[in-house]
Amino acid sequence: MNLTLKVWRQKSDKDKGRFVEYKLNDVSPDVSFLEMLDVLNQDIIHQGHDPIAFDHDCREGICGSCSMVINGSAHGPDKATTTCQLHMRRFKDGEVIHVEPFRAKAFPIHKDLMVDRSAFDRIQQAGGYVSVNTGNAPDANAIPVSKEYSDMAFDAAACIGCGACVASCKNASAMLFVSAKVSHLSLLPQGAPEKHERVLKMVAQMDKEGFGNCTVTGACEAACPKEITLENIARMNREFLGGFAVKRK
Amino acid sequence: MATATLTLLRSSVVKKAIMGLTGLGLSGFVLAHMTGNLLIFKGAQAYNTYGHQLTHNPAYPLIAIGLLALMGIHFVCGITLTWENKRARTQGYAVDAADQKAASLASRTMAGTGSILAVFIVLHLITFKYGTLYTITHDGVEMRDLHRLVIEVFQSPVYVAWYCFSLALLGFHLKHGFAAAFQSIGFGHPKWSAHIKCLAVVYALIVALGFISQPLYVYLVHR
Repeated sequence: MNLTLKVWRQKSDKDKGRFVEYKLNDVSPDVSFLEMLDVLNQDIIHQGHDPIAFDHDCREGICGSCSMVINGSAHGPDKATTTCQLHMRRFKDGEVIHVEPFRAKAFPIHKDLMVDRSAFDRIQQAGGYVSVNTGNAPDANAIPVSKEYSDMAFDAAACIGCGACVASCKNASAMLFVSAKVSHLSLLPQGAPEKHERVLKMVAQMDKEGFGNCTVTGACEAACPKEITLENIARMNREFLGGFAVKRK
Repeated sequence: MATATLTLLRSSVVKKAIMGLTGLGLSGFVLAHMTGNLLIFKGAQAYNTYGHQLTHNPAYPLIAIGLLALMGIHFVCGITLTWENKRARTQGYAVDAADQKAASLASRTMAGTGSILAVFIVLHLITFKYGTLYTITHDGVEMRDLHRLVIEVFQSPVYVAWYCFSLALLGFHLKHGFAAAFQSIGFGHPKWSAHIKCLAVVYALIVALGFISQPLYVYLVHR
């Protein structure tokens, strides 16, 4: 395959950034998008230039490291797929592909396609945990959990925190991410006692980080590689409003 | 405690819930308004008497203030949210998402359609509520002849076109807003969400077509 890549190049968060065009010849349709970038980077290095910086780690769709917006879609055109699992056969020969970083004020650009997603870590630190007393490990089956709730919690826990929801939302809202974390813990008996406190703290931190507000466009749900649903946002809203109503101080 | 509560009140979730609740209130209002308008098909007496009884109801001032408050809150909250949303992404993408990853047009244009509707409401109040005051006597009661004003205004094709356009836009705004309001107040569930979305489309169509029928009827029939 022959392709034209227009890649966002930006030296640092201070730099203005611009698209740089790269012509690629004989790209194998069987390589992943990141492998295609690896090949391109080899060429760039051989020419004595700075390679394109991008985040990646596991390359099997579970770590949430890879990001980038491909032709306007976070993680590219396929549903339920991370960039590392996207293959070049998905593109047409001769296609022009725009590659951009996740864009959000709360995700400042480090370099090229790498963004700083530590805002997500701070939201997690604000309340995305379960307080557990130390001591002997309880019997695994001592607390009953219904199959339905265990499945719902598991579906929410599938969130890898990649930030595609923020990248694809026209408002750069982090509500799908936060709602997944809130749901995953509050749906289980171990997390339920702190559910109000948790959601109030996490939403407060989310707002502080400068993410936008949800307008229920559903773009996040469509872009999510782990298919987290809008139902979680409704649950977060419910638990937040409930927590707001019953909060004593 | 007061500051903590204030901070919570300013939170994104609360603002969205306020947007949803005021939106649902206004959705109820437009349906009632549209139903009242249909009396134009019955004739001047029914139309004027309805208006007269409505404005001479003892609860009328309270309802009018309540409605203005709903609109005011919906408007201010909408502007605040839109401003915050714009600030959350200062640089946009070079290409828009396509196909299965694209969001619906109605959901992406709520601020735009809402702003045009705000202008429409102001002009609409100037045209009718504060328009020429004709009077007429029906069954011995002197009342405002709103029917005559409506007939007069909708002789102009410009007015008819502007009304049809704005009210179609209202339908478009309702199609997304009515369904999204439920989500924002925490009512979203795989069992119900699809039905709510469907109901929103039907609701939007009924309201928009019901409203549009009035100017079109006047323009085409009352020549």
